[in-house]
Amino acid sequence: MTMLHTKHLTHWFGGLRAVHDFNLDLQPGELVAIIGPNGAGKTTVFNLITGVYRPTEGQIVFQGQNLVGLPTHRIIVGGVARTFQNVRLFKELTVLDNVRIAHYARAGYLAWEAMLYLPRFTRQEAQIRQDTLELLDIFDLADLAETVSRNLPYGQQRRLEIARALATRPTLLLLDEPAAGMNPAEVEQLMETILWIRRQFNLTILLIEHQMRVVMGIAERIKVLDFGQTIADGTPAEIQNHPRVIEAYLGVEAV
Amino acid sequence: MKSAFWKRWGLLLILVTLFPLTIVLPQSGVINPYINLVLKYVGINIILTISLNLVNGYMGEFSVGHAGFMAIGAYAASILTVWVFPREAGAFFFPLALIAGGVAAGIAGLGIAVPAFRTRGDYLAIVTLAFNMIIKSVLENMEVIGGPRGFMGMEKLTSLAWVYVCVIVTLFLARNYVFSNFGRGVLSLREDEIASGLVSVNTRQVKVLTFVFSAFLAGIAGGLFAHELQFINPRSFTILKSTDMLVMVYLGGIGSLGGSVLGATVYTLVLEGLRTVLQQFGISQEWRLVVAPLMLILLMIFRPRGIMGLREFRFLTPRDDQPEMLAEQRKRIKAASRIDEVSP
Repeated sequence: MTMLHTKHLTHWFGGLRAVHDFNLDLQPGELVAIIGPNGAGKTTVFNLITGVYRPTEGQIVFQGQNLVGLPTHRIIVGGVARTFQNVRLFKELTVLDNVRIAHYARAGYLAWEAMLYLPRFTRQEAQIRQDTLELLDIFDLADLAETVSRNLPYGQQRRLEIARALATRPTLLLLDEPAAGMNPAEVEQLMETILWIRRQFNLTILLIEHQMRVVMGIAERIKVLDFGQTIADGTPAEIQNHPRVIEAYLGVEAV
Repeated sequence: MKSAFWKRWGLLLILVTLFPLTIVLPQSGVINPYINLVLKYVGINIILTISLNLVNGYMGEFSVGHAGFMAIGAYAASILTVWVFPREAGAFFFPLALIAGGVAAGIAGLGIAVPAFRTRGDYLAIVTLAFNMIIKSVLENMEVIGGPRGFMGMEKLTSLAWVYVCVIVTLFLARNYVFSNFGRGVLSLREDEIASGLVSVNTRQVKVLTFVFSAFLAGIAGGLFAHELQFINPRSFTILKSTDMLVMVYLGGIGSLGGSVLGATVYTLVLEGLRTVLQQFGISQEWRLVVAPLMLILLMIFRPRGIMGLREFRFLTPRDDQPEMLAEQRKRIKAASRIDEVSP
């Protein structure tokens, strides 16, 4: 079964067509990258999939379930998680709480059970605390559990954001420019991390990235967007020599 | 070195020991009726401040109409004790009346929250402002319950002991709520609403729940207030009352229960102290009205987040969330993971 399937996905912002007829078939376990110049509509695609925007037209089907019109949290509970282009942590909260919040839907206790400190509440809270610390430990953040996340260096903030996304136990992970602002050594490490979490957590990954080193290094398939349109779709080798891609990136005369 | 026993049960023991004092001290005359009254106001204000802090501090929304919920609680509880419950057993039914007042306010809160949180943005301030005014007009126009003249006939059921119990219970409920998924969800809303939806927080549910809880607490405080004064009228619950609450929240510190306790205590005591001081020097009592805005201005300059902004006292933090417990748990996890793990 396809993991994620979009058909004729189109989105207008007023008079601007941000995404036009975006079609995608993502197989389980795949790692697909979306590239394209700034303003090509890449992040909008993520916002459409996660229900932040409602598409003007088109379908989004995730593991056989239609996502169009569902509220964001339901989509996340269904198994989609994402990170942001410019890290969006809960800055005033601790590292621990940032990840604990992502367990919101997994705990079944009700508000009054929490208020009265009933056993079901304390038991589930203990589980959440344990799971969170284990996850933080994997990302080498356990010792920083009580640090307010805004005080972390940039690289660690990025890692924390990935940890937070994984805490919702996704099957599909959307990474929005994870290498933005990283130096070459960090990028190298990030690529390893992405491949490692894919194996470890059984993920399908959709990746937006500007750094060609990352895209060519780890993506199995690449889709190229320009002005909302899909202009190319293929393996890294095919994309590198695709005339329309070169045109979009370097201008017409370069062809 | 404190023993493990004290760490675990110390706070509870202190609270239980204090309880008989709240009965004995006022009755034996060790604390005079005036101090008794001030202490009761401190308690009622603590509940109000926690109530408003949940919405304005933790959630980062802006309600300016909490006096409306207080009014509903006050009237509902008073009607019950005066008209419904048998007078002889008034003291016995008092907690029921308080809870009923809280529930009535909570239902009103639900009625506000559901439409107000359909949209994002600053609508809550406008909606609650209107709500506060509507409640006042409605009460003024309901002749059955006294209209503008107010409602009376309540017995003085609000004792220091009851206020004490209500404050402790409020702190207990609020602490558990704040340190749960719901509390953390609410905190995350203030930081970044979109991101919190994207980590599976049901943002509308959390907002509505928190608002209802907040209204409930305001209703409880209203019931206590009514049975202290033994007389309420719609003018006791205007926007001015709401403003008092706002000052206490921002003075004590947003997003902090300890801050709410401090803010309410400091504000109430300063205003009462000032009453005595002004009297002694023969200055007009109206100068007291200058103090609240002045405190706010100074606060915004020197401590924009209030005394305790976003921090919490240790005794208000659940045991397992305290640093030592976390460190211990971390150590255990590390020891376990070293054996079978290859980190990224």
